[in-house]
Amino acid sequence: MRIVVCVKHVPDIQSDRTLGADGRTVRDGGDGTLNELDENALEAALTLVEAHGGEVVALTVGPDDAVDAVRKGLQMGAEQAVHVVDEQIAGSDVLGTATVLAAAVRHIAAQGPVDLVVTGMAGLDGLTSVLPTALAELLDLPALLLAREVDIDGTTVTIRRDLDHASEVLRAELPALLSVTDQANEARYPNFKGIMAARKKPVTTLTLADLGVDPATVGSVGARTQVLEAAARPPREDRVLITDDGTAGVRLAAYLVEHKLV
Amino acid sequence: MTAETTAGPVLVLLDHTAEGVLRTPVRELLTLARTLAGESGVEGAWAGELPAAAIDDLGRLGVRRVHRLVTDADPHLTAVLAEAVEQARSAVGAPLVLLVSSFENKEVAARLAVTTGAGVVTDADALVVEGGQVVAGKTVFAGTWTTRCAVTAPVAVVTVKPNTVTAADAETASSPEVVEHTVAASGRARRVALVERTERAGSGRPDLGSAHVVVVGGRGTNGDFSAVEELADVLGGAVGATRVATDEGWIGHDAQIGQTGVTIAPRLYVGAGVSGAVHHRGGMQASGTIVAVNSDADAPIFEIADLGIVGDLFTVLPQAVAELRRLQG
Repeated sequence: MRIVVCVKHVPDIQSDRTLGADGRTVRDGGDGTLNELDENALEAALTLVEAHGGEVVALTVGPDDAVDAVRKGLQMGAEQAVHVVDEQIAGSDVLGTATVLAAAVRHIAAQGPVDLVVTGMAGLDGLTSVLPTALAELLDLPALLLAREVDIDGTTVTIRRDLDHASEVLRAELPALLSVTDQANEARYPNFKGIMAARKKPVTTLTLADLGVDPATVGSVGARTQVLEAAARPPREDRVLITDDGTAGVRLAAYLVEHKLV
Repeated sequence: MTAETTAGPVLVLLDHTAEGVLRTPVRELLTLARTLAGESGVEGAWAGELPAAAIDDLGRLGVRRVHRLVTDADPHLTAVLAEAVEQARSAVGAPLVLLVSSFENKEVAARLAVTTGAGVVTDADALVVEGGQVVAGKTVFAGTWTTRCAVTAPVAVVTVKPNTVTAADAETASSPEVVEHTVAASGRARRVALVERTERAGSGRPDLGSAHVVVVGGRGTNGDFSAVEELADVLGGAVGATRVATDEGWIGHDAQIGQTGVTIAPRLYVGAGVSGAVHHRGGMQASGTIVAVNSDADAPIFEIADLGIVGDLFTVLPQAVAELRRLQG
């Protein structure tokens, strides 16, 4: 079984994350990291390969720094990594990113069939969560999203997922695209052996030209949405902090009444 | 209203319960859609049986036409629903499709965008038409930044968060025309099989994702949610929880507020024994008013609380409940 895991390099959730005047994420700080939710995707893929045989390919799209995200994947146990980097990708909206990822998956599939594409449930920066659906559509694969349990039996993949009002069991034949939630597993930490082994694993760097992607379909040129403004939310004003002196409950009730919240 | 500030016909996906009752966030969405559609009117897309009571309800909300989607495969499959919605959209020629932000609706939105070349914005918390362009407001980075995003493609698909506007009936009720669309799902859409679907039983409290008031219990409850539930009930609110509380098994995972759980933006958020870890804040930071009760004065949630109370939730909450009951008479 050959599994491609799409991972994303995002600003560290614990750091001060910033948008530039153009509305793009500022990615030049040293605080980037592998999207935490993508660790669950890598873990799911590695577990499947351990049970069914095969290999995991870690794939990322992004600037030079983004290679750190696939390196982490190699340390966890992926066999090889692909990093698509091209200045013309900058400013892509989610559909542009999906276009590049789809081309990269096809490129990987040209070297050997891909049975499964796995993503995390969302990027912790933009939280679009639209990417997995768009990628499946572009690759013409059935999409089984937000899995909290994954089971593969022969060529059939079954997932269990929880939605706002219902729980579902979905099933499809491979090849398919899967996204997993943070409930699906506990991601492993790379051990020393894994970190050493990762240094020898191949990282292939590709450009849009290598993938045959028309630059007009991606980047800010190809984007169907455009960020007009971005601003840090102003801090909340008139904040009150009190210590309970035995009357805090009454004061809480009075506050809610005064602010017309009851 | 001119062409510059209205979009033309707006198609709204009408989420409803298994019994055919319109869900609350759709009422808000229809209210918003009326301001965006202007003279062109609001069109609704409804999958499944359409009871007469629902048609009356949609009329009070000013819907001009209801497109009933009759599919030959289960419309709970998002690929099937997306194809059906697109059939209604192209029949209407709607340049704007609105959906309530939910996991499955975001899948529908993404599919529509890919198959129609539309621009897609998810989790919008404001929406206007400016210079003929759909412009959506959206908070990013755990609610710490706000952005405004214009759709530059001819068709816009936008999912809107609950509590973005207050639901209101139209000034004049309409009698919606019902148009039936028979939709044959493609082979592609049928590749996923829905083996099992279990609707979750309602708690009797408002839905967490769309409630106007949410009271959340965290580690500080030590598993005792009685004070949290009592305050929620006196405020007519929903009960939520932190990741720690759900992982401990104190309450179901569907109650988890946070970036990987339910994202909420109620008018009032009350956190009891909630420390305010960054993942939790990402799911609630856009709330209108934030109240926090925690015995630890250094809890990060106090950095974002409008009213912070350093104290024991098991004395503060019951006292507040008693006082609110007294005031309510």
